[in-house]
Amino acid sequence: MGFPILSLMIFTPVIGMAVVMMLNKDNFKLIRWVSTGFSIIPLILSLILAAGYDSSTSAMQFVEKASWIPSLSIQYFLGVDGLSVPMLFLTTLLSTISLIVSFNITNRVKEYFAFFLLLEAGMLGVFASLDFFLFYVFWEVMLVPMYFLIGIWGGPRKEYAAIKFFLYTLFGSIFMLVGILIMYLSTTPHTLDMMELITKGSAFSHSMQIMVWVFFFVAFAIKVPIFPFHTWLPDAHVEAPTAVSIILAGVLLKMGTYGFLRISYPMLPYGTNYFAYPFAILGLIGIIYGALVSMAQKDLKKLVAYSSVSHMGYCILGMAVFFIDQASGKPHITGLAGCYFQMFSHGLITGAMFLLVGVLYDRAHTREIAAFGGLGSKLPVYTAFMTIFAMASLGLPGMSGFVAEFMVFIGSFPKYPVVTGLAVIGVVLTAGYILRMVQRMFLGEFNTKWSGLTEINTREIIATTPLLLLTVALGVYPKPLITMISATLQNIVTQVMR
Amino acid sequence: MPDLRPMLPELFLFAWAIVVLLFGIGRKERSGDSLIYLTLIGLVITGILIPIAGYGNLFGGTFVVDKFAAFFQIVFLLAAFFAVASSHELMKKLSADRGEFFALILLSTTGMMLLASTLELITLYVSLELTTIPLFVLAAYRKDQLSSSEAGLKYLILGAVSSAILLYGISLVYGLTGTTFLQPALSRLIEQSVPMLLASGNVNMALVMAIVMMVAGFGFKLALVPFHMWAPDVYEGAPTPITSFLSVASKGAGVVAIARVFYTTLPAFHNVHWGTFVAVLAAAAMIVGNITAVLQSNIKRMLAFSSIAHAGYVLIGFVALPQDSVVPPYGPVSLLFYMMAYLFANMGAFACVIAFEKNYGSYQIKNYQGLSKHSPGLAIIMTLFLLSLAGIPPLAGFMAKYYVFLAGWQQFPWLVIIGLLTSVIALFYYANIIMQMYFSRGETSLTKARYDRPLLLALILTAVGTVAVGIYPEPILRFATEAVKVFPF
Repeated sequence: MGFPILSLMIFTPVIGMAVVMMLNKDNFKLIRWVSTGFSIIPLILSLILAAGYDSSTSAMQFVEKASWIPSLSIQYFLGVDGLSVPMLFLTTLLSTISLIVSFNITNRVKEYFAFFLLLEAGMLGVFASLDFFLFYVFWEVMLVPMYFLIGIWGGPRKEYAAIKFFLYTLFGSIFMLVGILIMYLSTTPHTLDMMELITKGSAFSHSMQIMVWVFFFVAFAIKVPIFPFHTWLPDAHVEAPTAVSIILAGVLLKMGTYGFLRISYPMLPYGTNYFAYPFAILGLIGIIYGALVSMAQKDLKKLVAYSSVSHMGYCILGMAVFFIDQASGKPHITGLAGCYFQMFSHGLITGAMFLLVGVLYDRAHTREIAAFGGLGSKLPVYTAFMTIFAMASLGLPGMSGFVAEFMVFIGSFPKYPVVTGLAVIGVVLTAGYILRMVQRMFLGEFNTKWSGLTEINTREIIATTPLLLLTVALGVYPKPLITMISATLQNIVTQVMR
Repeated sequence: MPDLRPMLPELFLFAWAIVVLLFGIGRKERSGDSLIYLTLIGLVITGILIPIAGYGNLFGGTFVVDKFAAFFQIVFLLAAFFAVASSHELMKKLSADRGEFFALILLSTTGMMLLASTLELITLYVSLELTTIPLFVLAAYRKDQLSSSEAGLKYLILGAVSSAILLYGISLVYGLTGTTFLQPALSRLIEQSVPMLLASGNVNMALVMAIVMMVAGFGFKLALVPFHMWAPDVYEGAPTPITSFLSVASKGAGVVAIARVFYTTLPAFHNVHWGTFVAVLAAAAMIVGNITAVLQSNIKRMLAFSSIAHAGYVLIGFVALPQDSVVPPYGPVSLLFYMMAYLFANMGAFACVIAFEKNYGSYQIKNYQGLSKHSPGLAIIMTLFLLSLAGIPPLAGFMAKYYVFLAGWQQFPWLVIIGLLTSVIALFYYANIIMQMYFSRGETSLTKARYDRPLLLALILTAVGTVAVGIYPEPILRFATEAVKVFPF
């Protein structure tokens, strides 16, 4: 075992939490900078990881393996492949940005930053675990700081939103736990090693695969969220503080799709094939339903929240496509690559959208779209940022969102022409609600009520800029990300088509 | 004169109870601290004596110390330790009879330790009485409070009835087999001693009656639904350290007795499907306990109902018998492990309740509002225990739940599903307290909580236990795996 870069990445925030807890609770400045410092270390480590990652193979890299609870064959097993590396980078990036955004928190600062660092550790753990038990532990550990962050620093209905989030996700988790137990008990010798389960997965009986697939589906669908499991999302988003919304949209939702690709797909190939078509339909419903509901929103944050349901729908649609190309004999990965690209790009764009919504809300104390008007003349810089991300969100070419959606459509058309055709309507609907929002808020006559509003400040610009740069960079030159994930996705498709 | 070495811990503890009793006579000091420390020292020495005394078999199998007994003896001693350590506040309120209080706890603990190490039904019964009778007195210890006397009286009456039922069950077993010794060969004895009954087909009926009555008797100790009605009132009325002792040690006594009886005589009884019978009781306990707990506004009552639910989870492990020669036998091991995890979290939660009561004089959940502001330490540690009870990783309670569910899945998947679903309900009421402590916006004028030294010790040790057992459960799992090897699976 070499240098334990993954453990270091996961546990640096935990150490940071301990350090923050020991600081004087009135020294806000120190708490903020120390926490940010502890979140920058994993960010640097994730860049080193990405640089050192060999994208020519689908094998696990940077593996760390140690016995943990041998009585129950539980291991401390970490490792990364093309699925994990970009997600780890996204998580560390958004965590650091969220902490910078949170500098304006003045209520119970110490607890806030401590919980945030714990949250980061949990998220990183999920993306790096290769032992089922460890995966579940991190998956659950994350809920606790999330519960506190929404419940203490949230909006008017924070208690309701916090407990709804907690119970809803735990309800999903228990299905996952049953799935894990069944898989564990049906292998001989019993194992929780994900790599071994992937090898043995295709041997599971068909009825069992279908049952377990459904159990995992409930757990992951709640996280994504897939219609009709999305009802926790608007409540959580609207009540959560800005930084938590960024993390929710940017990272937590991706855990659902990550779960499908890491667990359901390679371990339960029969179940995956069996449910591919319903999956595509659910993706379509998500796209259209999310867009239609977004159109009806008066609250800007709710609009962005529902747009996430719609955008994650593209992800699901792209994920439903996998087959071996008859002509070339190679696995067809365009759909899955589009899905993954959408995961990454949605993290950047929607993260930034929530950030900017928060910036406005801090100043205006309202998020009602109709209350604004002509902000473009008063806040030119803010308007520029918001408009760019709005365009990225509706899939303007040159931005990462376009690349993702385009790949999803190209990928899914050969297999589901009708569904894809209908899904394209979603693009139009998205343009509809986004443009209407931009028009009503930033264009037209200036509402003089807002003459006291101040421009976006330097700290907020610093937080937003990396997201802006990445969105444009990936929109213009998507190749690095696609190269990184290709080998892994090919391997997944091969496993699903076993 | 037989070599009494294996019985050394029990004998010592009994003697120590007398010492504490005598030491307490006539002492007028305000706090009663010296009594607390004296009792704690006695418990620690007893714990050290367990490995020194070693394992053995006395009085022709009436008294057997094996690893299984040792495991539970440690659980009982730890429970007594934490209960005694958190009694400081109670001592301040009592004007007299302090020595008796600790002596009674020690006597009850002695009873439990004997209970863990007997293979004979009459001894089992006597040990159970030695466990329970001091508890009747302890529950009613606050003579100045009506609710405490009520608790003692209720506990006494229902306890006596349940003992009678248990005794009836035991006598039926004796009638069928001609022996009171628990042994794997019990089924053969039935065939030999009552060939007439066997021929008429009535033997099964008598056996079922015996099992039902014994389960009911033990079920009372475990506060299983439908034998749970005493628990909330007694838990609420009894002095809080005694409530915590009842909720863990008395429950542990029920678990150890039921496990001993059924696991030892397993081959004799498996044809009457007692597993399904107990599984139904477990399901009822989890459903009723968890749903009723949601409705409580008094934290002691809430923890009482939650402990009923936990008895249900424990029983999942109990009924999950090994079906093949899988090593280790998941069910029995998980049963032991669950008791250990539950011990730390529940004793810790009650220690927090005591600390809160001491500082702010209330048991109402709504008064926990804003606790994180004025006493952040107490709020964090309470959160830790509640999350462990709710089964959130990486705490001990999660590991325990994971293990019982794993054990139960193959034979009783429906029971595991009920367990999982009710644990979502459980999260709701545990999280409700966390919400009160952390989320409230109201300004409070309360001061920072202060702790006495023994209570602080109890809080720290239970917190360390909850985290340590959750993160590294391997040593305890190994011990438990060794412990259940005494049974003929």
